[in-house]
This record gives sequence, C-alpha cells and structure tokens, in this order.
Amino acid sequence: MRNWIFALLLPALLSGCDEAWNNPYPQEDAGSNTLYTVFEERPKHLDPARSYSSNEVEFTGQIYEPPLQYHFLKRPYALEPLTTEGMPAVRFWDAAGRELPAGSPPETIARTTYDISIRPGIRYQPHPAFAVLPDGKPRYFGLAAQDIEAIGTLGDFEYTGSRELTAEDYVYEIKRLASPRLNSPIFGLMSEYIEGLDELNRRLVQAGKGLSKDAWLDLRPHDFPGAQATGKYSFRITLKTHYPQFIYWLAMPFFAPIPWEAERFYAQPGMAERNLNLDWFPAGTGPFMLSENDPNRRMVLARNPNFHGETYPVEGEAGDAAKGLLADAGKPLPLIERAVFTLEKEDIPQWNKFLQGYYDASGISSDNFDQAVQFSPEGEADLTPDMKDKGIRLVTAVATSNRYMGFNMKDPLIGQAGGEAARKLRQAISIAVDYEEFISIFLNGRGIAAQGALPPGIFGYQEDHNPVVYAGPGKRRSLAEAKRLLNEAGYPNGRNAKTGEPLVLYFDTAATGPDAKSRLDWLIKQFRKLDIQLVIRATDYNRFQDKMLRGNAQIFEWGWNADYPDPENFLFLLYGPNAKAGRNGENAANYGNPEFDRLFAQMKGMANGPERQQVIDRMTAILREDAPWLFGFFPKGFSLQHAWVGNVKPNLMANNTLKYRRIDAAFRERSRAEWNRPVLWPLGVGAIALLALVWPAWRQYRRHEEGRA
Amino acid sequence: MIRYILRRLLYAIPILIGVNIITFFLFFVVNTPDNMARIHLGVKHVTPEAIEQWKAEHGYDKPLFLNREQGGLESVTDTLFVDRSLKLFSLEFGKADDGRDIARDIRTRMWPSLAIALPVFVIGLMANVTAALLMIFYRGTRLEYAGVVGLIALMSISSLFYIIAGQYFVARLWQWLPISGYGGGIDAFKFILLPVLVSVAAGLGSGARWYRTIFLEEIGKDYVRTARAKGLSELRVLFRHVLKNGMIPILTGAVVVLPLLFTGSLVTESFFGIPGLGSYTIDAIRAQDFAIVQSMVFLGSALYILGLLLTDLSYTLVDPRVKLA
Repeated sequence: MRNWIFALLLPALLSGCDEAWNNPYPQEDAGSNTLYTVFEERPKHLDPARSYSSNEVEFTGQIYEPPLQYHFLKRPYALEPLTTEGMPAVRFWDAAGRELPAGSPPETIARTTYDISIRPGIRYQPHPAFAVLPDGKPRYFGLAAQDIEAIGTLGDFEYTGSRELTAEDYVYEIKRLASPRLNSPIFGLMSEYIEGLDELNRRLVQAGKGLSKDAWLDLRPHDFPGAQATGKYSFRITLKTHYPQFIYWLAMPFFAPIPWEAERFYAQPGMAERNLNLDWFPAGTGPFMLSENDPNRRMVLARNPNFHGETYPVEGEAGDAAKGLLADAGKPLPLIERAVFTLEKEDIPQWNKFLQGYYDASGISSDNFDQAVQFSPEGEADLTPDMKDKGIRLVTAVATSNRYMGFNMKDPLIGQAGGEAARKLRQAISIAVDYEEFISIFLNGRGIAAQGALPPGIFGYQEDHNPVVYAGPGKRRSLAEAKRLLNEAGYPNGRNAKTGEPLVLYFDTAATGPDAKSRLDWLIKQFRKLDIQLVIRATDYNRFQDKMLRGNAQIFEWGWNADYPDPENFLFLLYGPNAKAGRNGENAANYGNPEFDRLFAQMKGMANGPERQQVIDRMTAILREDAPWLFGFFPKGFSLQHAWVGNVKPNLMANNTLKYRRIDAAFRERSRAEWNRPVLWPLGVGAIALLALVWPAWRQYRRHEEGRA
Repeated sequence: MIRYILRRLLYAIPILIGVNIITFFLFFVVNTPDNMARIHLGVKHVTPEAIEQWKAEHGYDKPLFLNREQGGLESVTDTLFVDRSLKLFSLEFGKADDGRDIARDIRTRMWPSLAIALPVFVIGLMANVTAALLMIFYRGTRLEYAGVVGLIALMSISSLFYIIAGQYFVARLWQWLPISGYGGGIDAFKFILLPVLVSVAAGLGSGARWYRTIFLEEIGKDYVRTARAKGLSELRVLFRHVLKNGMIPILTGAVVVLPLLFTGSLVTESFFGIPGLGSYTIDAIRAQDFAIVQSMVFLGSALYILGLLLTDLSYTLVDPRVKLA
C-alpha cells in the first residue's frame, strides 16, 4: 500500500512540493512569457507555397512575412504594409501596352502591374542554410549523407547564419508556386492571373525531368514575366488581366519570401530521410521562428532574434481603447517570448487543461457548451458563474464563412430547366427549412441565419432580411405560404398535380455517423412539413465529389471560408462561368443567370462604395428570387480566454496575430497554483479501503495456516 | 534449431505477402487514389491537374494490380502493389503522404509506445499472476467468490471507461497527475503513470481469470500434494511450485505479445496524447495515408510472426522435453 501511495506522490516529490502535481510543463518554464495553446491535427505542410489549411497557416503566418498584412484592430478589414515601403503601386495597361488611368473600364485593361518596394535591413531568422565559413563560402552546402549522420533535427547544426531579405526572394517564391515538385494549391488559380505562370510550370516540368527527385531544381535562372526583380529591394508582379482582388493575396503566406539557400540546403543527401525540409523547418523573416518541431507532440515558436521590428498599432476602431486593446500601443512586437503548441486530439483533456490553466485559450465543444455558456432571456450568450469566477472571458465573432444548402441547377426537376415551377419549389423549401431551429438544436445558438450570400464583415453585407423567406426581420414566412408556392409549382400536398405521384427529392451527402444522422433526420422532417419525401443518398467523400463534378447531385450542403474580405470571394460561388459541373469551378450549384453574371463582372472591378453596394444589392435580390441556395447560416465562433491573456480581438482575415498577444505570466502562475491543489483525502480513503480488503485476507490466511498446523 | 528458424522465416514470406494483398485490397476498396489526393489537397481550388500531379508525385498514378499498358512480366511488376510492397521486405517504408520519412517516424515513435507498453506488460503480468494465485490460495472461501465477481466486473467494463474514469478522477478531480501529454526524460514518468495504471486495471479482470484457470489445473496435480505433504506452507507451494509449473502457458502467452509492444496501443495512446506508434496508426487511418497504414500493418504482422517464433523457441527453454525440428 505504501508503494502505491509513494508512486502517486512521486511526481510531486520529483518536481518539488510547491508545484502542482498535474503541471504538464517543466518546472523551468514557470513564470515565462509564453503562450500555451493546442493544435488538434499535425500540419501537413509548413512550406508557404503549399500550406493552405488553417492549422498550417497558424504557424506559417507567424514565421513568414508576405508583403502586406491586415491591420490588427481596424474594421472593416484594411491592408497595410508589412515588409514594404508603402502599398504596392498598381498600374493598368491596355493591349497595346499603353498605361491606362486608374478607374479605367475593366474591359479595357489587358494587364495590371504591381510595383512593390520592400524595406532594406530585414533579415532572416538564424538558419544553417545561411551559415558561412570564414572565407564567406556556405558552410553547409555540398554535404554528403555521412556528414549529417549525427544530425536529427535542424538545431543539431552547430552554425547558423542570416542574410538580408531581397526582392529576389519574393520572386523566387512566386516561381515556386509553379514548381511541379511543390504542387501548390493555388497554382491553378494563380496561373489564370499571373502572366506566364502556366508557361513557367511547363518549363520547370521539362527542367525537372533531367534531375533526380530529391535534387535541387534551381528556379533562379527561370525568369518569367509574371514576377521580376526590378532592383535589390523592388519587384514587379504582372497580371494578364484585371483582378483587383489580387492585392489580398499579397497578405497570404503564399507570397512570402523564400531564400534559395534554404531550398539548396534541404536538397542535400540525407536531409529528406531526416524530415529536414521546408515543409517541417521553415526559414522566414517573421517575429517567430519554429524552435522546436515535433509535430507528434508539440511545436514551439520562439522569438526571432533577427526580427526587423514592428510596433503595436496606435489606432483601432471606436471602442478599442475602452476595451484595453490600445494599452500596448507603440510597444515593440512580439509581446511574448514563446508560444507552445501542444498536440491535443481529444476534447476532454483539452478542455480540462484549459480549466486547470494549462492552456491560455480554448474553443467550446458541444459537450462542454452548457458548462461554459448560458443564454440570457434576451438570447444573449454569457458565461456561466463557474467560468466568471475563474475570470474567463468569452469572445465571439461571426465567421467570414457560410454553410448553405444548394440546389443543382442542372437538375431537370429542381434546377433551371424546371423553369418557374422549379423556382417556386425552391422558394417553398427555403421557407420550410427552419435554420433558426437548426442553429438552436445543433449549434447551441452559435450561428446566425443567413439572408444572402455575404456574411457580416464583408463589404456588401446588409442587415436586412430575405423577403422571399421572411415576412419581416426574424419572422419566417408561414408554412401556408410555402405550401401555396408548392401548389403553384405543381405539387399540391407534395404530389405531382398531373400524375399524383409523391414528390421525392434527393439529398446527396458524404456525412455519416450518429451526429450526421440526427442532422439528416431533422432535414427529412423539414421537407416533410411540405409533404415532400427527402431521400438521403449518403456516399463517401470521393463519390460525392465525383457526383458534384459531374452535376449528378440534386440537393447538397456546402460551405465556403473567405480567402479575403471582398464580396467577390463569395459571389463568385454563384457566377455562371465558375460552374463546378464541367468546369471544375467553385459554383457548386451550377447556377447561371445572365444578369447576375453581368453584374458580377461589373462589381468585381469596382472599388468599395455606394455604387458597388447598389450592384451587390441587386445581385442579392436576384439570388433571393432565384433561390439556388438555401442561404443557410453563418457560423459564430465562441472562444474562451483566461484573464491573463491580453489583446484578444478576433481578426478573421489576419493569420499573424500571435505577435500582438500579451500574457501576464505571474497572474497565470498564481491562478494555476490556486486551481491545482491536489486533493489528498482519496489517498486516505484508498488506504482504508485497502486495509479493509487485506484484513479479512490476513485473517483467512492465519486461519488457513493454523488449520494446517 | 537453425533449420527450424529458417524454415519458419521462409513461411513468413507468403504470409506477409498475403497480409499485404489483403491490406491493399481493403484500403483501395474504400479509397481511390483520387480520393486520397482530394483529402490531401483540401477542398479549395482543386483542379483535376492538381489531383493528377499529386498522384504522380506520390506514386499513385499506376494501376493497382495489373498494368494493361505493359506486356509480359511488367504488366504485373509495373503496378502500385509491387512498387509499394517489394521495398517493405527490406524494411524500406518510404514516405508518408505528407512527405515525412516513415522509418524515421517509426524509430522516433516506438519509444513512447514502449514507455507505456513495457510497464503495462510487466506490472500487468505481475498483478494478474498475483491476483490469480491469491484466489487459488483462498479458493472455496468468500474471498475467492468476491474476487471472481470483482474480476468479472472488471472485465465487463469497456476499456474506454477506465480511461475516462481515470482521467476524470485522478487527473481532473483530484489533480494528482497531468490528464494527457508526454515528456522526455524524467518528465515522462508523470505522464505515463496514469495510462499505465489505467491499462493495468483494464487488463486485470481477463488476465487474472485466465491465469487462475491455469493455476486451478496445476493445483490438483500430484507434485502439489507431494509439496504439501513435505510440510511446505501454502504460499510457498503456490509461489514456488505451482507458479513455476504454470509458467509454460504464461510464458508462451506472454512471449507472443512481446514484439507487439513496439506497436503500442491505439486507444490508450490516442486518449492520453502519447506520441507513439498506436496514435501514429490511428492518425494515418483517419488521414487515409496508405503508406503509413501499409507499413504499420506489415510491421505488426512481421512482429506477430516473430512473436510466434519466439513462443516456439521459448517452449524449448521452459520445457526440455520439447524439441524443434
């Protein structure tokens, strides 16, 4: 028994009695200016040319620096220089190569150029690729496999170096988007815009054929017109069309600089076998560098000692100062020394460690929602008293993403071929499917019913209601009205007026499992309100995608997460030439309306303002009337922050906000100590219980032995 | 003996090929290379060209079993199956779909697996044997009945329950140990203690009952009666003589799982955040990473075959009457 108690006490004995027994971090980390958070899935790529998922950009956003960034505090979202001297100079050219004045009609613009000047003096993080010998030659180029036998990770290289960022590094990265070896997710999209990118890809395919798979494909000699250095600190990007939204891409890590030395370094023999490559060990200029990379356990971002310096913004939107968001105005960034990301795949440990103070922030899973959040009679979300007692704060933000239900407009029954009857049928269904109920049941109220394609926070969003579905704000039209529309569509009481056959519709989905089943049952019930039989066609993800590509689905659910805060990034989801079936575009509903398409082309090239708003309003009206989507809902993100975390303001566009975060480490230490005092009475109870078991056994043993004697 | 070992190793080759074929078949029945490409490329801006490029980059652009574009032997050898399988026999696992070297990941991740599996194996074996012998000692008494009921209760409960209960009480409510995670060096101790305790408790019911059956068989034999007649105490009879003779089935049962300790536990590692090979396999299945799944199944099969071979060899050690030919 004593051994058991000793075993249980051993962690405390080992780590000192003043420390909480359950502290998962080393004692030496106590009181450090570190942010502790989680990652739920190991990132697949940290190479900026390849990383696109949010769990990857969470890291690359802190390490790499594209030319621009989003202002941390200002709303609506505004771009600002990050490594550049001012904003890019955008110039327009006609087909004859003559420069056009700003505001020229989009159809006259044949090319657009972006002239970008970066600030001198920006340096890369320490990295062995830059290490040089006394004679100035690279120290670690020309290595053989046996030279790195003792190397396990990047930190095992004894020497590191750095060098100044140049415009060529940005050009090199843009070339990398076309590299056949990298398979960049935006190559297809960018080749439609960046001049010569597709041709560069063809050239690189040819150039790579003569090289082994692991050999370095040097992109420097492969010049192309789409991106060219015009000086040591300046470069030009040329688009073969008019694409004003391109500037937003310049705030994404896809356009961050990559030094050729890093590629050259990682292409040496033995590196790949050690997982030493840009996917796992980045080389950037940002405020943080990846100092520890064990994607199976934890990843640590540490302050980049060579960071060029940046200060906390001195202005924000109204109310930011009152919320304390300008308390650090003008202070040098980053405000923390380190950020420790721990792999936490299960909800239960993640949630409990947050409550114990070992994670600084947490999302709220459905299982924990009631423990964390309660709704006031007015429907406002607030924290439960337990959470408030711990000083935890609730931060909410409507995501710049949507989740909608689409009708395949190529479907003969419900699509465009069905004409007016199909349109009324779609409108009737739009009324019957009650998304407010869905949000309440399945999302714990974390969402708002969508009235159009644009979510809040995106220019063009209006706080109005969809008159086809709602009689007034928040007042959904009655089922009687839906049934009237259904009747007019030729399906009185859910039956074909001509044949008497029941109306059967098909919902295609890749969702399976108990959670999906309850949602699908709910959906069937919604259609049943109109006496429509909804048949669920569940399939695997691949077949579902195939169906969508072939235009064989009838009704489906889809979603979109904004790449940038421009209405074009949502309305293009309904632009005819972007149809998924046959064209592999993002218009999953295969919707096409000539007026909508014309307005889209017009709106795309307009600057934000009343005129653009007018065009968007008209486009929204067309969509509401045509009802190719049930607009569904915009998810609302809820996150919890401990009281010691400062400068938390949701910024759904920026991915480099870690540098603004502030931590009161002493406060955290006090809270952890208070919240994690080990409860000792169960040890006593356990000891008594064990005695109660041992005592009769001992008596029995004595009796047994005495009997034998 | 050496001829026997060689023969058994040769038998292993068709078994491993068979396992490989089944793995291949099962995986690609539910997944196509296109599906895998889509999962890895995400949902945005994915073009058919990107899918083809991904497949070519990862070697999934060949037919699975039969290449009709090739003639003769190449129609069989120039396939995904042969490409992916041959190298496994030289333990070349290749790269995962995210580009990481699988052999290196296995080498790194087997240590956390062992850090959990080895103590669970040793402590579990000791606890099970001790519990079984004690029940033999108290056989026919209320203590034995209570013990059997307790063991049946223990084995009737899902192992998930032990994990959740362990995390809830030990880590959350009483705050004795971290609820999950892993650390290197001495730090590892506080992380592995809870999963080890939970795993030992979860295995106690079935393990102790199984050993009890073995010891019950032994307890009625003549040598036990002789030992008692010599005046040895009952505990000495049990722990010296019965345990020694009962060791043959215990040892052979234990030896077979020894090599598999490297592959870790799928459930325990996932719940406790242990970065071992069990969670590696689970993650690969979730991510539909065929290269890892195939490697882990191959490794598991090879280790199991090795375990069976070791079991046969251990017979000769514990029972001199057994001769391998």
